[in-house]
Amino acid sequence: MLSHLANPARFMRISGIALPWLGGISLVVLALGLVWSLILAPPDYQQGESVRIMFIHVPAAWMALSVYLFVAVASAIALIWRHPLAEIAAQSAAPIGAGFTFVCLATGSLWGRPMWGTWWVWDARLTSVLVLFFLYLGYIALVNAFDDASRGGRAGSLLALVGIVNLPIIKFSVDWWNTLHQPASVFRFGGPTIDLSMLVPLLVMALGFTLLFGWLLLLRMRTALNERRLRALRIYGQAATAGAAGEPASAAARPAWR
Amino acid sequence: MRAFCGLIRQDLRLGMRQGGDIGLVLGFFVLAVILFPFGIGPEPELLRRVAAGIVWVAALLAAVLSLDRLFAADYADGGLDQIALSAMPLEMAVLAKSAAHWLTTGLPLVIVSPLLALLVDLDPAALPSLVLGLLLGTPAMSLVGAIAAGLSLGARRPGVLTTLLVLPLFLPPLIFGTGAVEASLAAEGARAHLLLLAALTVAAVPLAPLAAAAALRQALD
Repeated sequence: MLSHLANPARFMRISGIALPWLGGISLVVLALGLVWSLILAPPDYQQGESVRIMFIHVPAAWMALSVYLFVAVASAIALIWRHPLAEIAAQSAAPIGAGFTFVCLATGSLWGRPMWGTWWVWDARLTSVLVLFFLYLGYIALVNAFDDASRGGRAGSLLALVGIVNLPIIKFSVDWWNTLHQPASVFRFGGPTIDLSMLVPLLVMALGFTLLFGWLLLLRMRTALNERRLRALRIYGQAATAGAAGEPASAAARPAWR
Repeated sequence: MRAFCGLIRQDLRLGMRQGGDIGLVLGFFVLAVILFPFGIGPEPELLRRVAAGIVWVAALLAAVLSLDRLFAADYADGGLDQIALSAMPLEMAVLAKSAAHWLTTGLPLVIVSPLLALLVDLDPAALPSLVLGLLLGTPAMSLVGAIAAGLSLGARRPGVLTTLLVLPLFLPPLIFGTGAVEASLAAEGARAHLLLLAALTVAAVPLAPLAAAAALRQALD
């Protein structure tokens, strides 16, 4: 399937059809998840109603990690197989991942104030997620730091792979260090310890966030591909007007994919 | 092996000739440490609490600021192309250049650190773990810094970019280095922290040159 979508024109066609559906379904799932988590799910016996921040904070954290994994895998595919769309996918996904990380940090901070009495603490989990945020920013900065866009793309791909070492550190930070952040309740050996009445809306929100990421990713990738087409058309247009004899060189010189 | 030592010797000779470079790094290290008593007040108790952190952060910043000249000069005058084309694997060349960088940056920092520990009133009992920690941690910083230096070759603002890229990767040595000093003053001893610092360096020796060489190949394309 990856090689099937490698043709930019085919990708544009398929994603153009999929985009509104993806947007609609993600809207429905998110609406359902929000109603379920904010209204229908039971309050916590200790935390009361403020536990409902969890339904935004935890899926955002899951997305922050998964999107970085996506960026790293796409970067590996770009470096190894030179898949034409892999770099575009990684570069489009990175700002979305940075956004999810920011939401995770912000909602966590808002949750920590009533629960722990502090907006921030330098424990292992919070620090490693902050490092993830800076890795995202570093990736975006590196990709945009070169006049030659392809050099920036390649350098960014390498950086994304180097930063993958942070992901296990984030996941296991609550086990390796004595942290204020609570240990894992869902993805752990022995199964989830969270009650089903909270686990199900949590998973619905996670699904909604994933669909939202897919929609945003396709949107950004289509925009990036359109930008490239625009740039190529401008260059060929300039070549045509600057060319001698007024011959329609642009028709012959236009790229095969429209 | 001869080429490896030759590359180290060449970089050392260049570093010594432009002796100002080592002096700049050390000068920055000392000045950065001196800034803190002015900033947070000269009370010995307060300084002693943060002494390890001040020395480590200053060492980190001094190391980061000197990363530019790791590859930039060779990249500009074509020497990097020659190194890449030679029989020696590019990974070994990166290892050689990182070793020379450590000898001209990290090792002077380690030697000067006891003097600076004096300036920030560090408990003398913690001095061995500070020096040992810097000795074990600065090679890792040179090696991982080589990755960032290689990635930002040819960028528009290489100095700032290298700093932004490398600071998240420098956090583990910083955390374990300062942890070693704190632990040596407590009952548990600094052994675990120092072993972890050594582990970081030992892991960086084979892995960092791989990534840095890949970055250099991209830059030379």
